[in-house]
Amino acid sequence: MLIPEVRQKWANPINTITIGATPEEGGTRTRTVTVGGSTTLPFLHFEGKIPHRPALAMEVQDITPKDWPEILGEHFSDVWDDPGRWAKKCVDQLGADLVCLRLAGCDPDGENKSPDEAAVAVKSVLEAVGVPLIVWGCGDNDKDNEVLPQCSEISAGERSLFGSITEDNYKTLVALCKADGHKLIAESPVDINIAKQVNVLATDLGLDPKDIVIYPTSGALGYGMEYVYSIMERGRIAGLDGDTMWAMPILCDIGKEVWKVKEAVSDEIAEWGDQSQRGPLWEATTAYVYLLAGADILIMRHPKAVSEVKKYLEKLIESK
Amino acid sequence: MIFIGERINGGFKDIVKAIKEKDKDIIKKWAIRQTRAGADYIDVNIGAVSNKVKDYIWMIETVQETVPTPISIDTNKLEFVKEALKLCQKTPLINSTTAHDEKLDQLVPLAAEHEVGLIGVCMDEKGSPQDVNRRVELAAKIFTHAVEKGLPPERLFLDPVIMPLKFLQPQAANVLEAIRQFKLLSDPPPHIGVGLSNISSQTIESRLINRTFLVMAIEAGLDAAICDVTDTELVNAAITAELIKGEHIYSDSFIKAYQAAKKPGVGD
Repeated sequence: MLIPEVRQKWANPINTITIGATPEEGGTRTRTVTVGGSTTLPFLHFEGKIPHRPALAMEVQDITPKDWPEILGEHFSDVWDDPGRWAKKCVDQLGADLVCLRLAGCDPDGENKSPDEAAVAVKSVLEAVGVPLIVWGCGDNDKDNEVLPQCSEISAGERSLFGSITEDNYKTLVALCKADGHKLIAESPVDINIAKQVNVLATDLGLDPKDIVIYPTSGALGYGMEYVYSIMERGRIAGLDGDTMWAMPILCDIGKEVWKVKEAVSDEIAEWGDQSQRGPLWEATTAYVYLLAGADILIMRHPKAVSEVKKYLEKLIESK
Repeated sequence: MIFIGERINGGFKDIVKAIKEKDKDIIKKWAIRQTRAGADYIDVNIGAVSNKVKDYIWMIETVQETVPTPISIDTNKLEFVKEALKLCQKTPLINSTTAHDEKLDQLVPLAAEHEVGLIGVCMDEKGSPQDVNRRVELAAKIFTHAVEKGLPPERLFLDPVIMPLKFLQPQAANVLEAIRQFKLLSDPPPHIGVGLSNISSQTIESRLINRTFLVMAIEAGLDAAICDVTDTELVNAAITAELIKGEHIYSDSFIKAYQAAKKPGVGD
C-alpha cells in the first residue's frame, strides 16, 4: 500500500532571535544564543528545518531565595548571596546557555530593593559570565517600570532579553528596549488571544516583531501544563501558517513553577519515593513536554534536571 | 482571504484616459492605493480600450515599477497572457480560463508550465450557468483538466460566476450553494474566487450588497475575491468573517494583526 504524503509545507518560518551581543556587535558577551527559525513543528526533521537547538537558561536571583527547597539549596547555597558567583557556577559548572536574573528582591512586598541595587546585580552578572542574559523584573508593574529602566540603560547594547511586557504594561519597556537594543518577553495569562494582542500592541509602538519572545505562562506537570501545551501548539501552527503575531519563539519558565508544587518539593510522603530523584524528574519531565510543544528557551533550576534535559535535547536534535 | 484589487480596469473612465494618454500617474495611484489597502494581487485589465499588446504591457510595467504586489493578468487574449507572463516579476495569476475546451487546452498547460495561478470561470461556449448543478459540472471539468495537466488545487481558483442581484436574484443563492459543493472537489480544496462587484451592478446600496454577499460567500467557503479592496468596510467584514470561522486567532486588535501579516514581503 502506498503511504500517503504527510509532509506539510508551511507558509512562514518562526522568527529567529539572537540574544546577547559580542564586542564586535556592541556588547561584551563572549557568546550569543540564537533560537527559532524553524520551518516545521518541533523536531519534525523529515518535514522542515530546525536550524537552532532550544536553549537552556538557569535562574539566578538578586537575593538569597527564601522559598527554594533544600534540594536546590544544597547546590546553590554556597553562591546565592552573590548573583555574579551564582551565575558563574551555572555557566562554568552546570552548562547553562543563558543566565536568567530574576529581580525578585525588588518586590515591594519583599525586600523592596532599589533600582540602583538591581542595576548593580545586573552589572555583576554581566561581569561574571560571558553568556547572554535574561533580566526579569519582580512582576509588580509600577516597581518594574522604575527598576528596569536602570537595568536596561546600564546594559545598553548587550542585547539582553527583558521581561516582561503584558497587555496592561508594555509602553515603558518597549521604549527602553528599542532605545537600548534589547529583546523582549511578551507575557500573557495562559490565553492565546491575549498572547497575540500583546504582540500587536508592542509592534504598534514600533517594536520589530522579530525582537519578541512569547511567554504564554507555564504550568508544572499536574498543574495546568496541558492548557499551556495546547496554546503553544495552536499558536505555533498559526505562526507557521502565516500569523506574524504568533510567529515568535516561545519561552517557558519551568523552574519557578515546578519548585513550588508539593510533588517536587515535599519529602513527607514515603510512597512518593526519593525526593532527590523525584524533584529533578518533575522539573525535567515538565521541560520535556514543553520542548515537544514548541519551547525555544527554558528557564530551569535544578542541575540534574538541566543535564538530563540537555541529553534529551541532543537526542531530539540528532534524530534527524 | 486573497484580495485581488479590481480598480486597474479599462472599464473605469480614469483608466481609459490613462491608457490613451499614457498617463502613468493614474495607474500608479491605484497600484499604491490598492497595495496599501492589502491587495494580494493587482488585477490589470485593458478592457476595450486598446487591442495592442504593447499597451497592456505598458500597464503591467507601470504597476510593477510602483509596487511589489503580484499581477492578476486579466485578459481573454492568449497573446496578451503569454507576453505578460514573460515580464511578471512576482508569481502572477492568469485571469482567466473558462470550461471551454479550447481555452482549457491553451491556458491550463501555460499556467502549469509557468507555475502560476489560474482562475477557472464556470461557464463555457453554451454560456453562463443558470443553476447549481451546471456550475458544479463545469467546476469539476476545469478541476479535472487542471489536475491532469499538472496544475495543483492550490494554484487553481474556481469562479462560480456571480450575476447581478437586481436582475437575476435567484442566482445569488445558487452561487452560495455552488461554493459549498466546490469545496468537496478535493482535500485540500481548490481556491474559490468571485468577481464580487457583479452582485451589486446598478444597485443603489452597492457597498452594502457587496459586503453582505462577501461575508455569506466566505461562510460558504469562498477564499478569494476580485473586489474594491479600498473599501475598508468590505475588507474588514471579510477579515471578521474569517475570524468568526476560526481561520485566525482572535485578538482585540485582530484587524491590525491581519494587516501586519499582510505587509508586502511577508509570506511571498
